[in-house]
Amino acid sequence: MRTGAQCTIDALADAGVKTVFGLPGGTVLDLFARLYHAPFEFILVRHEQGAAHMADGYARATGRPGCCIVTSGPGATNAVTGLATANMDGIPMVCISGQVASHMIGNDAFQEADTVGITRAVTKHNYLVKNVDDIPRIIAEAFEICQSGRPGPVLVDIPKDIQQKKTEATFSGPAERRGYKPRYEGAPEQIAALAKAINAARKPVILAGAGVIHANAAPELLALVEKTQIPVTTTLLGLGGFPDTHPLALRMPGMHGSVAANNAISECDLLVSIGARFDDRVTGKVSHFAPHAIKAHIDIDPSAISKSIRADIPVVGHAKPILQALLPLVEPVDRKAWLAHVAEWQTKQPFDYDRNTPELLAQYVIEQVSEVTRGEAIIATDVGQHQMWTAQFCKFVRPRSFVSSGGLGTMGFGLPAAIGAQLGCRDRKVVAIVGDGSIQMNFQELVVAVEHDLPIVVVILNNGYLGMVRQWQEMFYKSEYSAVRLAQDGRAANERMAPKRPEYRPDFVKLAEAHGAIGMRLTQKQEVATALRTALSSKKPVVIECIVKPDENVYPMVPPGASLTEMIHKLV
Amino acid sequence: MSKHEDGIHRHIITALVENQPGVLARVIGLISGRGYNIESLNVGPTQDPTISRLTMQVPGDDRVLEQVTKQLVKLIDVVKVTDLTQEAFLNRECILVKVAASRENRSEIIELAGVFGGTIVSVQAEALVIQIVGEQDHVGDFMELMKPFRILDVSRSGVIAMAKE
Ligand SMILES: Cc1ncc(C[n+]2csc(CCOP(=O)(O)OP(=O)(O)O)c2C)c(N)n1
Repeated sequence: MRTGAQCTIDALADAGVKTVFGLPGGTVLDLFARLYHAPFEFILVRHEQGAAHMADGYARATGRPGCCIVTSGPGATNAVTGLATANMDGIPMVCISGQVASHMIGNDAFQEADTVGITRAVTKHNYLVKNVDDIPRIIAEAFEICQSGRPGPVLVDIPKDIQQKKTEATFSGPAERRGYKPRYEGAPEQIAALAKAINAARKPVILAGAGVIHANAAPELLALVEKTQIPVTTTLLGLGGFPDTHPLALRMPGMHGSVAANNAISECDLLVSIGARFDDRVTGKVSHFAPHAIKAHIDIDPSAISKSIRADIPVVGHAKPILQALLPLVEPVDRKAWLAHVAEWQTKQPFDYDRNTPELLAQYVIEQVSEVTRGEAIIATDVGQHQMWTAQFCKFVRPRSFVSSGGLGTMGFGLPAAIGAQLGCRDRKVVAIVGDGSIQMNFQELVVAVEHDLPIVVVILNNGYLGMVRQWQEMFYKSEYSAVRLAQDGRAANERMAPKRPEYRPDFVKLAEAHGAIGMRLTQKQEVATALRTALSSKKPVVIECIVKPDENVYPMVPPGASLTEMIHKLV
Repeated sequence: MSKHEDGIHRHIITALVENQPGVLARVIGLISGRGYNIESLNVGPTQDPTISRLTMQVPGDDRVLEQVTKQLVKLIDVVKVTDLTQEAFLNRECILVKVAASRENRSEIIELAGVFGGTIVSVQAEALVIQIVGEQDHVGDFMELMKPFRILDVSRSGVIAMAKE
């Protein structure tokens, strides 16, 4: 006989879990009592949002499901942002939450929250366990569901009494559900139709998304491109799925995408989307998106197909087997004129910034990170200008190297995700590129990196602003800067504080040191490369604060609601 | 797809779902969370005690319907989804309607109910309660006819449906 708590720990071990993130509380005391003897590592976080983002970062970097355990009520609600982040981006993870005892549910008991109700819309699936006998099966199912099809987070809510009850139950699988049969192989006739369209196309483009990475299909994509010589644009979450250093790499499309990517999409006669879901940040005005193109869409998620962009050739399935089946059917076609056209955009209008200014720019720092790490590091980001600049100025050459909240755009993701990534990939360098706004949302997790000797490097690009919002206010709201100034000076009249303190707060270097990490502050261009090299060779976490030019904007920019051809290159 | 007088297309979707707590909340949450509408929703058991059948009537064009259907299929607890309006199907709805009835027009109302195969389920001093069961259009036509008499209250079951084949 085993208790429900023991069944839970055993089921996690059976699922191959090596690292669990979390923080205890009243309704998970039984779980943590068994966890004390568990065969896997446990990472005590300081906030449950951190636990969820760490599990997420771990999953993005390794491809294996992340796992976290939180208590009921506030523990679970704190994890919600992390679940929603993972859900939007299709990240496999399992979250176990405690719940008040079964007979107390619905009584507004201490630390009760309707966790399955709250998380229903932000998980791929969730469970409230009502019977201890179900635990082994439910947890096996949770791991199966979170990784298969379009991956996503699964939450299992276990009441305290169920953790204590005893059972003989075991589960030996397979974890199948009659309502859930993801399709992996694409329909042969659709693949044939796609091959025909590719062979006939004169101006084709591939749009590669996160699906390429989730399906481990980067080698197949490269093989397809080598054979067909079709240029590739990679979405934010698809970065690394195709090497940015390849001559046919057009880089990122969309709102802050490259001229080459956006023009190629706008002029192509065939657009082959592989595991990209046509997010509105990619398409711009939908009616003007790829107006001349036949649109083919490979996706594991049937609901992603024709959701915003009508697909002419839908192929439902996993990118890997589909690309494998496609490869022998496509032929090398001579498309010199198109490729010359594309190459001109690439060379004449690459991502750019003022490289000659003596001032320290965020873009410069990011480019240095890329150069010093030569595309070998895992780069995590927060959300804002620095995130877009990372996509623009870091060159990613292999999958699972870029860890960023794309769909939900969650500030505060970068640091905990970097910690999760480093715990999953001990042999890789991990750098978090963060904004001075975002980093303050989960700074407390730095302690975890210190405690576990994780040599992550956190590069804070301090522009004194919630920069991306400041940019929108400058461009679209008459430069009336409302609630975006993080430094104490230069604020709107109703935000000014007395007494006026001109210094920037907090002092990130001291804050880093207070957490036990190494802190550095850079203000000069020439300091950057050396500081990065020093930090990367350190065995301890290092926080490098870079005081960067405050009012830089991310360009190009497609204004919201405009078409991809309406790129703004600079404010006049 | 049926097109009503109001010009709105309506689809009737049936879904076989796991008979488990929370499934209805999942379906309704999905529909409202994604900004779709449902005009009626009906849940009942099937021959298989582990499965329930949902029947819902959804207004919207084919594109909306395609998304609703795909999103429903994505729910782990949803076993099968059919858009009945794509095929030959039977539909029924049951209504109870309370109509103001004076001594002068009472017999006229009773006669009309009879023509529609209805049953008078309650006779009150100033009103009649009539039950009508039939195809949605049939039920709708009866409601139209009752309007001039003043409808005091109505309770509709929502449509249930089944593929013919
Ligand atoms: C949790 C959360 N709250 C608010 C936002 C809205 N938002 C998007 S970018 C941004 C500014 C981010 O500032 P910072 O981290 O300093 O980065 P920067 O844009 O300056 O590089 C804000 C507030 C968000 N994405 N996430």
